[in-house]
Amino acid sequence: MLENKGHPNRLGIWGWLGGGKWGLERYLYTLHRLTGLGLLFYFLLHIFVTSARAFGPEAWATSMGTVSGPLFVVGEFLVFCAFAFHAFNGVRLGLIELGFAIGNPIEPVYPYRTSVHEQRPLAIVMMVLAGLVVLAGGLDFFILH
Amino acid sequence: MRDQRLWTWHLLAGLVILVFLGLHMGIMHLDVLLGIFNPKDPHPVAWANVVERAKLGFFTVSYIVLLGAALFHGLYGLRNILFELGLGAAAKKGLNVTLTVGGLVLFVFGSWAAWAAGALAKTL
Ligand code: HEM
Repeated sequence: MLENKGHPNRLGIWGWLGGGKWGLERYLYTLHRLTGLGLLFYFLLHIFVTSARAFGPEAWATSMGTVSGPLFVVGEFLVFCAFAFHAFNGVRLGLIELGFAIGNPIEPVYPYRTSVHEQRPLAIVMMVLAGLVVLAGGLDFFILH
Repeated sequence: MRDQRLWTWHLLAGLVILVFLGLHMGIMHLDVLLGIFNPKDPHPVAWANVVERAKLGFFTVSYIVLLGAALFHGLYGLRNILFELGLGAAAKKGLNVTLTVGGLVLFVFGSWAAWAAGALAKTL
């Protein structure tokens, strides 16, 4: 874990949200964080809502009744999208952190190249896959139902 | 050292979640496209489907595994984010205790619910 002492975030919210010169992967980082927190919030409520099944059909019906309606359908679709993004981006992060898909080390000769160029294809492939899962979800949520 | 070990668990938990949450999302939200594990009713969360799944030991076990993995992964992720704020030693300690105790309580409660739903389903 990085210690941030001595490197205060002088840009405030923009320092956290903005990609600066870091490009695509920096935005994926922000989205990964937002979706992680969103999923965690949903999941903690989900534990209580779904535990009602242990108390029988009436308790289950009451519990499901409180989380139904068009607003909740849209909300659940957002959770589904967050899952699709976080899952594929998480696989990308795991691969990269374990040293895959970042290319071989090279001599630091000017003009310097970073491994971001090597990583970019994986990021694009993962986002296309996440997009396809989101499309399948949208079809099932809003068109086939 | 300890953080490295916890981080490895975080990554492994992500893999477990990928498998079981992937299945869960497929059952609940790609129900028309995939049509799996909803034998009694077209609506995935209909009581009859809940009972059929709860009768299968596989779901009781996989819900408990998913519960544990997601609690650890999510709360450890939250801990990482909050630690980036540059907390003092006492705040870190307090946060560790709160998240650990909170996570364990939720794990026991959710596991009980999964087990009790299975026991109830088998009597129906
Ligand atoms: C679908 C399977 C999932 C995979 C493959 C996955 C993978 C990952 C990975 C690789 C990281 C970053 C670890 C690092 O950079 O060291 C991460 C962070 C995180 N994940 Fe997940 N995850 C998954 C599901 C979830 C779920 C269901 C939740 C909510 C309960 C969640 C909450 C978080 C949080 C809060 C973070 C921290 C974000 C940050 O540090 O910015 N994840 N996940």
